[in-house]
Amino acid sequence: MSDFVNAGWSFYVTIVTLAGIAACLWLLFSQRKIAVVLDKDGSVAKDTGHVWDEDLRELNNPLPRWWMWMFVLSCVFGLVYLYVFPGLGSNPGAVAYSTQGDLKQSLIIANTELKPVYDKYVAMSVEQVAADPQARIMGQRLYLNNCSQCHGSDAGGAKGFPNLTDRDWLYGGAPENIKETITHGRGGVMPSFSHLGDDGIVNVTNYVRSLSGLSADSIKVAKGKAIYSDNCTACHGAEGKGNQLLGAPNLTDKIWLYGGTQSTVMETLRNGRQGMMPAQENVLTPEKIHLLTAYVWGLSNNEPQQASPK
Amino acid sequence: MAVSSPPGKPISIEIIEESLYEIRRKIQPRSVTGVFARWRWGLVLFTQLLFYGLPWLNWNGRQAVLFDLVHRKFYIFGLVLWPQDIIYLTLLLIISALSLFLFTAIAGRLFCGYACPQTVYTEIFMWVEKKIEGDRSARLRLDEEKWPWSMRKLRLKITKHSVWLLIAFATGFTFIGYFTPIASLQDHVLDFSLGPWQTFWWAFYGFATWGNAGFMREQVCKYMCPYARFQSVMVDRDTFVVTYDKSRGEPRGSRHKSADRVEKGLGDCVNCSICVQVCPTGIDIRDGLQYMCIGCGACIDACNQVMDKVNYPKGLIRYTSEHAIENRQSNIETLRRIFRPRVIVYATFVAVLISLFAFSLWSRNPLRVDVMRDRGSLAREVEGVSLENIYRIQIMNASEHPMAVSLKVEGLDNLKILDSRGNQIESLEVEPSSNQLLPVKVRTSIGDLAPGNYPIIFEVEALEQTDHQSLSRTRHEKSTFIVPR
Repeated sequence: MSDFVNAGWSFYVTIVTLAGIAACLWLLFSQRKIAVVLDKDGSVAKDTGHVWDEDLRELNNPLPRWWMWMFVLSCVFGLVYLYVFPGLGSNPGAVAYSTQGDLKQSLIIANTELKPVYDKYVAMSVEQVAADPQARIMGQRLYLNNCSQCHGSDAGGAKGFPNLTDRDWLYGGAPENIKETITHGRGGVMPSFSHLGDDGIVNVTNYVRSLSGLSADSIKVAKGKAIYSDNCTACHGAEGKGNQLLGAPNLTDKIWLYGGTQSTVMETLRNGRQGMMPAQENVLTPEKIHLLTAYVWGLSNNEPQQASPK
Repeated sequence: MAVSSPPGKPISIEIIEESLYEIRRKIQPRSVTGVFARWRWGLVLFTQLLFYGLPWLNWNGRQAVLFDLVHRKFYIFGLVLWPQDIIYLTLLLIISALSLFLFTAIAGRLFCGYACPQTVYTEIFMWVEKKIEGDRSARLRLDEEKWPWSMRKLRLKITKHSVWLLIAFATGFTFIGYFTPIASLQDHVLDFSLGPWQTFWWAFYGFATWGNAGFMREQVCKYMCPYARFQSVMVDRDTFVVTYDKSRGEPRGSRHKSADRVEKGLGDCVNCSICVQVCPTGIDIRDGLQYMCIGCGACIDACNQVMDKVNYPKGLIRYTSEHAIENRQSNIETLRRIFRPRVIVYATFVAVLISLFAFSLWSRNPLRVDVMRDRGSLAREVEGVSLENIYRIQIMNASEHPMAVSLKVEGLDNLKILDSRGNQIESLEVEPSSNQLLPVKVRTSIGDLAPGNYPIIFEVEALEQTDHQSLSRTRHEKSTFIVPR
């Protein structure tokens, strides 16, 4: 694809390039001889006749002829190069090379070479892959390169990015759910409830916090419960247990995606939240997603000695 | 204008054109014997033994000297260098450059005349040439023979180039043997399964040797090597260089053995021109020091033999300094001038750098640690009582033995280091010549830490288990613990 806004520039660059090479050759051939001074006895003087600083004479020590031909050869090489590869304006060159094409080719080669390694794991179930030490190392590399930027190197998550090591899942923790999440991504929307007014928001906040056993004003909790039933049950359920089909979080488990302090919950209610897990299907191959699924699933399932207090 | 004329007498200046490029005149040096020729051959044998022998040595079941570019590891006997050790290459280059300065200040182009691969291979190729085509005069006669060649010339040329190519390709093969294990390379050559790049570099270095030592020869020294051009700044009037003693030799001229040279008013130079015939760069040393002179001493050897024949003292051409010739210094006086400030300064620098180099290699720590703080989040609150930061620790084991690694972190009260699942980190096994990535949580109680950045230090301890003992290696790596607002 041409980077020029119109074809004129392409011609301009082509002409400048070719004229430059021609000028180099002209300079080389026009300057290959110099006028020299003859000595008194008629022999050629060894110097060029140039004298600086009173007595510094420039001698003529001719370069070998092949040296000159190397310059000519460089120009010929340049012309051949410009014919074969892109370089003259927007001319793609005889082999139509591009760095993008080169990358695509390298990726195809790399994927072909790695295929046997992945094929072994694709044939296995997620549970089996998760138990394989080699697969876990590969999964960790994939995770660290592709996921750790948001979910953290330890998969412990961050504000707005779920912790992947607990057994709490927004969209379900079964292998198929995880694979679906990685492949197609997720968009978790919590709408804004600013229309409830400041008092309403404070009351709902107290109620929601009380679900996780956090300190709350009992009068406000009672008021908030009514507002909750009218506005929140559609997604979070009557008991606040959430809904994995919608990705609505469980509000009773002390695990907070955006934080559980009074002010943070109020902020969530007032402004809403836009959670976003980007789809990886165009970034990672299905085999890699399979390995990654096993790694993520294994983070919370394959660890019998896990002693995290919940 | 350079041409000066006596006042009042005009000179006619005629302008003609001359080419700035000329066809190279082929040089057919005459072979020499003597002290310096023996030194050169000694060094040819030594360097070639080293070059051809080293890749075949083994060390603990691997090639002793191997520069593995693919896996980015350089093996030099017991030492394994990683890309992080590039500083040693830098130091080595600085030491080499300074040594070159030092030797040049003392005795000119010692390296060029005796140990430079260009000289060494040219010497080998000239020896082959002499064995096949004969010495200078025979080769000159052969050169005069125009096309079409006689069967004899054809046979000689084919034999010579076959032997040259054989040597050249053996050299190219050995050279790539420093970068890919030479034993497997040999197998690949024998069953014709050499990879495309190996084949390419083999051919490249093979043809480069053939071209440089067979055809380019002195042109490499004269036109390509930068050393010829900047040596003049390192040579001074006390430097030993190959010198023609003008005051002794001039006026030169041929004479009968019986003739009395004092009567004829001649110096010691019998103008036999053998010094010019033996010169591999085709210069006349009697014109004084020239940038083309590679200091090989061939003319000294040749001239000494002539001086012996005519019963004159040796050393009309010899290693001596400009000052020595000017002031007629004795040898002792000239040698004493080696210890002049320039040489002492160079020597001190070289000695200090070599000691530093040796010490840092000896005390090199094969345990390397990188700590990268997760940039995605500042900190995480855990169950309302603790605060954690996430780090990725890369532990590199640059030794050839397994390491048992343990981690500690210091800098704040109650700091705990946990693995990504929140468990205590037991000792970690890191395989020889490998590296391991370890995501960790560093946790502290919220307490009354004010928001801000706190410097912390990861202390990594490793036990390197060699065959006989376990060595303790430690690394301290700084990082930051962030307490958010």
